[in-house]
Formats: sequence, structure tokens, C-alpha cells
Amino acid sequence: MSNAVSALQGKVAPGEVTIREAGLRGMITLRGDLSDKQIRRVCTDMTDQKFPEAGKAHCEGDKGICWMSPDEVLLLVPYAEVNDHLTRIAVALKGKHYLAENVSDARALLYVEGEFAREVMAKLAPVNLHPDTFGPGDFRRTRLGQVAAAFWMRDEDTFAVICFRSVAGYAFDLLAASAKAGAVGHFVEG
Amino acid sequence: MLILHCPYCGMDVDETDLHAGGQAHLKREGPGSSDEDFEDYLFLRENPKGVHFERWRHVYGCGKWFHAARCTNTLEVFGTYPAQTLEPPQEIRDKISGKRPGWSWGMFK
Repeated sequence: MSNAVSALQGKVAPGEVTIREAGLRGMITLRGDLSDKQIRRVCTDMTDQKFPEAGKAHCEGDKGICWMSPDEVLLLVPYAEVNDHLTRIAVALKGKHYLAENVSDARALLYVEGEFAREVMAKLAPVNLHPDTFGPGDFRRTRLGQVAAAFWMRDEDTFAVICFRSVAGYAFDLLAASAKAGAVGHFVEG
Repeated sequence: MLILHCPYCGMDVDETDLHAGGQAHLKREGPGSSDEDFEDYLFLRENPKGVHFERWRHVYGCGKWFHAARCTNTLEVFGTYPAQTLEPPQEIRDKISGKRPGWSWGMFK
């Protein structure tokens, strides 16, 4: 098999807020009726996570379930296990109306880590990122500068960002520029 | 800048996350319709100063179409609702009636 590499091969932009490409991650897009018990079961079994409500993501380590739309979730799994999981889905959901596709190599995953990571993101996305309205567990599909992206908070100081692989370079440079420009001081913790 | 509530995601979404889809509640005139009806369907649109119904797509988010009722004059948003309907829900109509008594738009009032 060919040697799989991630979009930016682990590129890092160090600073007060560090931008880091996370490397290879298994991602499966699953579309179907999300109220269906079998579909929910296969998602939770695969990832050991609870099934998220609208606008939420349950992620831990390199596994997770992200709510993408009323009929779509993104499953995060270790890169090497994607094909095994696809087989499991095909077996578990045989005869159901669903779609599952390996999108691991079509996406890039970036981490934004540091004290004012929240502001680095808030400068780029039209989303209210105030600590009262967006925190760990929340998930948002939106745009970052000029490209589509989705993000969630791994913890108070870390964002995980998913974008298309083809625009990973743009997203990385954008985040790095935002981080380099420094904090705004808008979300002052009182 | 408009902020609309996406009824599918349950989030307040900025205009730049959305794609405008023109007038809502159009009835398609297909084969067999009269020329007048077809012209009406294809070219003629409401252009009110006041209450208006529009289609919007949450293009950077869930990708779904929804409808919005708003005022083109003040940019006030009366409400949004899923697109799987032929007419505005009563709840939205009541809300508009409360704020703009006597409003009418196309076949609705």
C-alpha cells in the first residue's frame, strides 16, 4: 500500500498559541436517519462515545462523534482502523438506507492550542465564541476566513479544526496569522 | 448584517454562513400550464417594502434550505421555519400580525 501522509505532515507554527496539524486521522461520514436506533448504536459502539445532540460533539482521544446536520454525523477513529469500521457499519446496517464513506484523506485536522485560542478562532469565524455560549462539547460547522470548516473545543484552551484537505494550507496560515497577531482581550475572564 | 436562526441546527447563524435563495413559496408551473402562469412562475417576484418571505440555505453549516419571514424595510426577522411546507406556519403569521397588522404578501395575509 502507498505511504499515506496527512495534508501538512504535522506542520507546527509555535507561539503563545500554537497551530499544529494533527496528522492522519480516520474520518467516516455517515448519513442516514439519526433517530434510528441501529445507526446510533453502530456510532456509539465504534467510538465508545455517547451519541451527540444537535450542535454537539463527543470526542475523546482520537475517537469521537460529531453532529454535522440533522442527517449526518462525522465519526472520528484511528486512521488505521477506518476500513475495519466501514466493514462493521456495512454489516450492522445491512438493508438500511444510509451512506458511509471514508473521508479521512479528504480532510485535514488542525489543533489550536494556547491561552487565547478562543480569540484566535473568534477573529476568523462568524460565531459567538463567548465562554458562556461556546464551550467544550459544542460543535460548529461554519467558515474560517474564506473556507468551510468545522471546529470544537477539546478543552478550555484547545480547539480542533477540520477543513478540506485542499485548503489545509490556507487554514493553517490563516490560524497562524491570527495567533501571531496576538490576543484581543475581548473574552476577559472575570 | 442579518442573523437568522437555522431551524435544523438550532443555532443563530450569520448572513455570511448562508446563501440567499430568493422568494419563498413559489408554486412551480410545469408542462401543460398556461403561458401567463409559466411567466409568472419564472419571472415575476414579490418585491415588497415590508413583510417578505425568503428562502435561505445554511450553506456553510448543515446545507439545508429553510424559510425566513422578515421585514425588508427594518430588517426585523419575524421568524424562520423549515422548508417542508407550502405556506408559513400559523405561529409565524400570528407573530407578523402582532407587529404589522393588516400585512399581506402574495396569497397570504
